[in-house]
Amino acid sequence: MATIVAEPTGIPVVEEHHEMSFIRKYIFSSDHKVIGIQFLFLSLFFLLVGGLLAMLMRWQLAWPGRPMPFGGLFPETMAPDGIMLPEFYISLVTMHGTFMVFFAIMLLLVGVFANYLIPLQIGAPDMAFPRLNMLSFWIAVPSGLIALASFAVEGGAAGAGWTSYAPLSGMPEYSGVSMGQQMWIVSLVLLGLSSILGSTNYITTVINMRAPGMLWTRMPLTVWALFVTAILGLLAMPVLSGGLIMLLFDQTIGTHFFLPETGGQPLLWQHLFWFFGHPEVYILILPAMGFVSEILSAGSRKPVFGYKAMVGAIVAIAFLGFIVWGHHMFQSGMNPVLGTSFMVSTLVIAVPSAIKTFNWMGTMWRGNLHFHTPMLFAIGFVMLFVIGGLSGIFMASAPFDIYIHDTYFIVAHIHYVLFGGALFAIFGAIYYWFPKMFGRMMNERWGKIHFALTFIFFNLAFFPMHTQGLAGMMRRLYDTTGYTHTADLQGTHLLITISAFALFSTGVIFAINFFGSMFRGERAPPNPWNATSLEWQTPSPPKHGNWEQAPVVYHGPHEYSHPDVTDKDWLAQNERPDVVSPAGH
Amino acid sequence: MNWSLPENIATYGGKIDALFWVITVVTAIAFVLVEVGIIWFCIKYRRREGQRAFYTHGSKSLEILWTAVPALAMVALGLYSANVWAQIKGRNSAPSESLHIAVSAKQFEWNVTYAGADEVLGTSDDFSTRNQLHFPANRPILVWLESEDVLHSFFIPQLRVKQDAVPGMTIPVWFEATKAGDYQIGCAELCGLGHYRMRARVRIHEPEAYEAWLDEQIAVRTDPGLPTAVAATAGSGGNDVDDGQEARHEHSAGGM
Amino acid sequence: MLEKTGLLATVAAAGLVWACGGGGDADTGDGDTAADAGGETAAPVVDPATAGAISGLIAFEGEAPAAERIDMAEEPECNNAYPGEGALTQNALVSSDGKLGNVFVYVKEGLGAGFPTPSQPAVLDQENCRYHPHILGVQVDQPLLIRNSDPILHNINSQPSINRGFNISQPQAGMETTRDFGMAEVMIPVKCDVHGWMSAYVGVVDHPYYAVSRGDGSFSLPNLPPGDYVVEAWHELFGAQTTNVTVGEGATAEVSFTFNAGMARNAVPLGDPLIIKHADDGSITAVREQSGD
Repeated sequence: MATIVAEPTGIPVVEEHHEMSFIRKYIFSSDHKVIGIQFLFLSLFFLLVGGLLAMLMRWQLAWPGRPMPFGGLFPETMAPDGIMLPEFYISLVTMHGTFMVFFAIMLLLVGVFANYLIPLQIGAPDMAFPRLNMLSFWIAVPSGLIALASFAVEGGAAGAGWTSYAPLSGMPEYSGVSMGQQMWIVSLVLLGLSSILGSTNYITTVINMRAPGMLWTRMPLTVWALFVTAILGLLAMPVLSGGLIMLLFDQTIGTHFFLPETGGQPLLWQHLFWFFGHPEVYILILPAMGFVSEILSAGSRKPVFGYKAMVGAIVAIAFLGFIVWGHHMFQSGMNPVLGTSFMVSTLVIAVPSAIKTFNWMGTMWRGNLHFHTPMLFAIGFVMLFVIGGLSGIFMASAPFDIYIHDTYFIVAHIHYVLFGGALFAIFGAIYYWFPKMFGRMMNERWGKIHFALTFIFFNLAFFPMHTQGLAGMMRRLYDTTGYTHTADLQGTHLLITISAFALFSTGVIFAINFFGSMFRGERAPPNPWNATSLEWQTPSPPKHGNWEQAPVVYHGPHEYSHPDVTDKDWLAQNERPDVVSPAGH
Repeated sequence: MNWSLPENIATYGGKIDALFWVITVVTAIAFVLVEVGIIWFCIKYRRREGQRAFYTHGSKSLEILWTAVPALAMVALGLYSANVWAQIKGRNSAPSESLHIAVSAKQFEWNVTYAGADEVLGTSDDFSTRNQLHFPANRPILVWLESEDVLHSFFIPQLRVKQDAVPGMTIPVWFEATKAGDYQIGCAELCGLGHYRMRARVRIHEPEAYEAWLDEQIAVRTDPGLPTAVAATAGSGGNDVDDGQEARHEHSAGGM
Repeated sequence: MLEKTGLLATVAAAGLVWACGGGGDADTGDGDTAADAGGETAAPVVDPATAGAISGLIAFEGEAPAAERIDMAEEPECNNAYPGEGALTQNALVSSDGKLGNVFVYVKEGLGAGFPTPSQPAVLDQENCRYHPHILGVQVDQPLLIRNSDPILHNINSQPSINRGFNISQPQAGMETTRDFGMAEVMIPVKCDVHGWMSAYVGVVDHPYYAVSRGDGSFSLPNLPPGDYVVEAWHELFGAQTTNVTVGEGATAEVSFTFNAGMARNAVPLGDPLIIKHADDGSITAVREQSGD
């Protein structure tokens, strides 16, 4: 793709992209693939930061009040003599959640893969608005840096949890944090802006820029999931931004939206936050479901079982996701009658999740299963997501939620969904699409070791939290030894902490494999997995503009083992029907 | 490691625990079905030389089956839960013969106000305790829950009761204990740096013992025998003074 | 919130007394110095040959408010330190001969600026769930060393009006934190949210002429350059009073203040009464009766 740019001299020149400077090509690039890879480095960085914060928390929980190794590196406002202070612990709780939800998982799913995959999978040369796309990345960078920098300001980083419930988040007298809380708000307002720009772009691109023949019913499930996710983001993010700005006003210019002294309503913040927050949870899982559907199909050498039901389930989850927010507020003081209706909508959302799970099993059924690393992570996703989904039923039932609300059971649940679910799918997706991104394969042996260790230590770290929650251990406690009903759970804390340290260490294996393969990995062919979707029908990595010849789509997205194709077990979406006989749909 | 719920001492606790076991059984069936299925498929359909996958785009009847069964299970669970929910947290669920107690949460204390001898809150014989909740067993208790500053959450695990305290709202919470004993209130909603330590003793008395405790409290509080804070004679505290430039480190005890 | 309201009321009441006494700006006192006291002398370096002093007594008339029990039962580490009666509130330290301790006395007007800042820290200790001392004076920018001598969590929540506040914690015994205040402010309330009864007041002034009255009501402000001064005495319950003093060369000026029980603020009520209403349909609601001001 060439563009004509008017030089200041007035002489029109044809600017070829392969002649661009390093800065235009890799820093301020408007190529969706480069932006996707930029997001990849940014979000992996925040995944590391979020993980480090979690390790500090785990130290304190296992050995409360004991000086941390390297604790001397912390200033006395965080950890005098290496002993963590309660206010620092709460900042860690807050910022671990914030980094993981907003800057690691969300950016990995929609920043990295929506950017990288949507144009490639629908056969477009780039996004509809490449410069908006670039802007979206360059807003996300300062947003993350502001959040990170808030640790350094007086009073420390935000200390009201990642949900920042008012009035704790609205009044510095209550939390001891003023600047840090304001930086948290500004950071998320910026991230919301970045996300809205991205979503606008994805939606426009999917609607307008599909290749000839790329019918809605021929879109890979990844694109479907990312498309619906973008709609969720576009509808939910502005609500968060509005709420955040109200909170910022409460903090700075003396409004009282959420402060009760002069008629404000603390529950209003919870409604606004969760009206965004619950769709956000699905923003964090729908794309993962898309990747897994696609990887399972390719790994099983079978079409996705029940493609239309899968699309329907994505849309149903997205729609229901907007009417279940109250299940976070069963014990909040909200009218209990409202609790009943939110309980019903929440239980209903289990149905599309069940459809997806059984259809994934249907996809594997009578397949020819190739256990490469992406496939292992996809299978791991299904096995762990089921646990996260089923534990959700316990808390969806409002009466039982009375007991487990705000306990470690919830912590276990969210980590089974976001780590066992989303992050396993992300690892699978990175192993799967890495060859396309960097033109080299990741090491298979180390990938499998990474999978096995992650799977084991993940379960050892998070499954015991269910039992802690059932014992009644509350969340966000700096030291759990002070309660009679939790004092004897210290052994469980120790097991969790050691497993968490081991889990964090498996990240080193991934990092070495990731960076090592980027430079030393085996050269990747265009289609290393013998997959059907369009991105595999162009060189690895694709050039600027993606296609040597604009693709035309003739087949459905996951046509593996088609009986009419005998020489191979896959049928690319753009293979001409006169080469092979036309496929079913 | 603990695989179950702690001791239940609430009259309605059995309903919550029964719900727990019902959900556990239902989810365990689904769990085993999926996990065993996946592992079985992984073994049975692992890649083999010359094997070709079965080409299918799905099965309408199977898909209807695994849509309908979870849907029915969820509807049943929803109806069951809604019923229990209304009995425990419904607006009019508190029995009318309840004993009223006001609990006010603040960073990082639970202040409990008792109705006194007349059992009516808001009268002059009310009295308060800090971080101690006393009440009799075998009588419904209706707590009027308030917060003075931020959100807190009133949680007594063995009574299966949890309710957020919200500044600006007075929220009724009721429960009835089946036995006497010593338990704890924990704060279950992040309320600041002292959240982890915001706990209070719950002492559930036998009914007669509660009456005795109540009489004792009323007697102590109407006793005029407290000394005025005479500096020279205050037994425990003594002076706590500071003369500015010198002897600033010198102190015994005292101050408010 | 109740404690907070109490503190605010204290400050407000004190402000009212200052206003009535014609003390002018209660916060800093700097601005009015020249006009009111008429002397712009006050060099930072005091000549020992001419230095005078102020000394005095704080008297109390009438019956002092009764002490109340502090319910520390759920903090045994502290409660055990108060055998017998248990811990009692000691807001009003009145001696048997009618003298008032724990009154913050300082030169409010008449001094210049530029006194050196001590590097020696003032110490605020937390022991047996009380602050020691209860009333503390520091100079602007002087380090304030806060120590926890208890094996339990305390937080130190300072609530100044014009300075920058802080709210920090000390979860273990022996922890020490140093803070300072950059502007003169009398007084800054300090509280512990974990133990609602714990409170202290820090008076921040920009010179070394401040004192806290002893148990016998006496205080002294030595090494003071000769001149005309306005001296203020501040008590947390009984408000503040000012008086004009002239200190001659090498002389000790005597000053006395008298507080009485009538100056005590009424106790802050425990909020409005909670009214519980039973509706016909069996529902019960609770409302706070609105106070009619």
